[in-house]
Amino acid sequence: MLEAIGNFFKDLVSNIVGRRYWWFALSGLIIIPGLAAMIISTVQTGGPLKPAIDFTGGTLWELSNFQNPLDLGAVREILTKNGFGDAALQTSEKAGQQGLMIRAKHIGSEAKAAIDTDLKERFGGYTELRFESVGPAIGAEVAQRAQWAVGLAALGVLLYISWAFRQVPNPFRYGACAIIALLHDVLVVIGLFAIFGLIFGIEVDALFLTALLTGPIGFSVHDTIVVFDRIRENRKRYPNENFERLVNHSILQTLDRSINTTLTVLFTLTALFLFGGVTVRYFVLALLIGITTGAYSSIFNASCLLVVWENGEIGRFFRRLFGRKTQPAVARGG
Amino acid sequence: MQRNTYFLIFIVILAIVAIWVDLPTNPGIHIDFAGIKIDRDIKVHEGLDLQGGLQVILQAKESEATPANAETMAAAKGIVENRVNALGVSEPLIQLQGSNRIIVELPGIKDPAQAIQTFGRTGLLEFIDAGSTSLPAGTIVTTTLGGPSSVAAEGATTPLTPTTPLTSTVAPTLAPTSVPTPTLAVTPTLAVTTTTGLTATAAATTTAPVTPTVPPPTIYRTVITGKLLKSAEVGFDETGKPQINFALQKVGNEPQDDGPKIFADYTSQNVGKFLAIVLDKRVISCPSIQSAITNGSGRITGQFTLQEAKNMVIVLKYGALPVPLEVVENRTVGPTLGQDSVRKSLVAGAIGLLIVIAFMLIYYRLPGFLADVALLLYAAVVFALFKLIPVTLTLPGIAGFILSIGMAVDANILIFERMKEELRWGKTLGAAVEAGFARAWTSIRDSNISTMITCAILFWFGMNFGASIIRGFALTLFIGVAVSLFTAITVTRTFLRSLMNTEYAKSRWAFGLPPEKAEEV
Repeated sequence: MLEAIGNFFKDLVSNIVGRRYWWFALSGLIIIPGLAAMIISTVQTGGPLKPAIDFTGGTLWELSNFQNPLDLGAVREILTKNGFGDAALQTSEKAGQQGLMIRAKHIGSEAKAAIDTDLKERFGGYTELRFESVGPAIGAEVAQRAQWAVGLAALGVLLYISWAFRQVPNPFRYGACAIIALLHDVLVVIGLFAIFGLIFGIEVDALFLTALLTGPIGFSVHDTIVVFDRIRENRKRYPNENFERLVNHSILQTLDRSINTTLTVLFTLTALFLFGGVTVRYFVLALLIGITTGAYSSIFNASCLLVVWENGEIGRFFRRLFGRKTQPAVARGG
Repeated sequence: MQRNTYFLIFIVILAIVAIWVDLPTNPGIHIDFAGIKIDRDIKVHEGLDLQGGLQVILQAKESEATPANAETMAAAKGIVENRVNALGVSEPLIQLQGSNRIIVELPGIKDPAQAIQTFGRTGLLEFIDAGSTSLPAGTIVTTTLGGPSSVAAEGATTPLTPTTPLTSTVAPTLAPTSVPTPTLAVTPTLAVTTTTGLTATAAATTTAPVTPTVPPPTIYRTVITGKLLKSAEVGFDETGKPQINFALQKVGNEPQDDGPKIFADYTSQNVGKFLAIVLDKRVISCPSIQSAITNGSGRITGQFTLQEAKNMVIVLKYGALPVPLEVVENRTVGPTLGQDSVRKSLVAGAIGLLIVIAFMLIYYRLPGFLADVALLLYAAVVFALFKLIPVTLTLPGIAGFILSIGMAVDANILIFERMKEELRWGKTLGAAVEAGFARAWTSIRDSNISTMITCAILFWFGMNFGASIIRGFALTLFIGVAVSLFTAITVTRTFLRSLMNTEYAKSRWAFGLPPEKAEEV
């Protein structure tokens, strides 16, 4: 029995491509709850993620160090008087200082000056930590531009890979598989943040978008190319080798590198997540998730997908996916 | 080998220069010798989120009279630039974005609200004929130049604003309490005042549902606009209160271009009447005309502080914006938040760097040690470039830099893993080292180019959206990737080649391999 388990793990590690449908299922296991969260969130709030003011427009106003004791009722009164009665107030306590966070719709500079005067009158002096206010039109524009940026980055990478792999048969497939792996990673990150949004109320801002572009699009493709490069080299060296075996061999050859590189990046990011400032914490979290799933997908998805495509298994893939689920993929390596 | 020695010398010089640039006490380059004049500070440029400051996006409020096109936007930008410079902010950034926006970034500004009011307001000065009644300060007026909606932009505010609408809304609430008073023993004079009070109240309540800020229907005649202004400066009146002294000028040969003459004619014909001085359709003051003013100069007095007077002068001096602007985005960061974040990020960066160094040393031994030296050089060179280019450091930018430390060793890991493989396949040490570099190159090249493509697109995205934060991240990551290609490949290879024929490089242990012939893969 023990031996069987040992063999199972040995087989698991040495025959990655053979178990490709397991890996696809594992990806599904992470992505499907994320998709569900996105749908729930869309039904509840009208969007898959909880957008920050960068995309919706609105105000984030952080104050601290009030001279007179903070009184939320009075703050609300002042805000209501100036037409921002629906603002959300949140207090915090840091180093014995009372802090106040005001979230409201877009506060123009005239309204801000008026509120400032009223607050100063009521509470004496205070320190303004930050004031961010974005008009609704700008927010909508950013969201639209963001989609363009993601689309363009994906297209640029697809074209580059197709060109860089022009000497192997079907270079377009390499590019397409890298992009599918990339979309997988984007889905994982967005899905997890949709879940975080529902449970913890974490919002996504323009920095999240940067993390999305860097993690999945930058690194996932980076990792995928390293594996593909080895496939390209091995293909030249052993032109008659079975493609599935060749890909599996290439993955194993680059496995140490994939793990080590991911580790060094995760070391630095984890340090940043634990010890860095609060303002970039979710940005770093998105990067952490994106880079981890990027490393995973380059090994377990992109290359395996290439085999699926080269073997003409796409039709069979869907039959397996939707058909007989009781008999998952059996290693078929030749 | 000869070539390798040159490389080695180059690397040592590079390291020395980089460390010199990195020194926090770097004096900068100030040379004035034999016709060569270089005067440059070398310092870290901190972004708004680090040192605190203000970022504002102004958008043109277009109308038929004030279209937003390339010409008017360029002119508006020039005026905003002049006003910002007059505010005395160091290293401001003002740029056009898209077809109708201007981005203004002011690092380290002390009073952001005042600043916005100064550089963002339209600044249209008008002297209007108020007739025989004085207009209270703060009144919003319609003039023959157009209604208030066209100019009274967001920036055009004074602390007096709320008082004008307030007085009219307070009146009706006071009225009911005064109604029961006229009972019996009231003197006729008092009765009169109450009745007049009541009629006034009735009038007020009927007009109350209409928003109180609606200007009176009167359209005032504009006598002179700011175009004819020659100069404006802060002065003080007899009681020591700040005022603004101004002088008019003749700008052309047409009758409407002769400021002093128009002013002289008007004041001589209207002695005893009121002249309202209006900025952006809001009355600043409304003096009565004592006598004809023929020398084309005068003064503006009113309820403003010295700072407000100074800012108003800045606005008047550089003329009105050809198109009104409104604030569509405003980000203000206090300095304390930024300093705290810098300290934390530096600690995190140091910890991350140490872990990566330890990992490389333990896992890859001799080459790992050389990669660590290269990594330190990498950090020194990148930081030196940040100071030299200069790259404005933002919090995400620092995150990008720390992230790139983890990435910088990726090329090394690729090469060393390849070297191990080549050694396992039975190659000699020298051959394995060379093959490791040669074979790993294609994957290093392709993967890094794809990252650079992403950086370029991010940079473009940041440019178009005015987010210096994203731009900073993309730029730091791009520089990081480019420098890491040099340090991880050229520098590490030079070190390894230099050590190739020494005792240190003879053992297989140093390369992380078992002592004797290893397993076949």
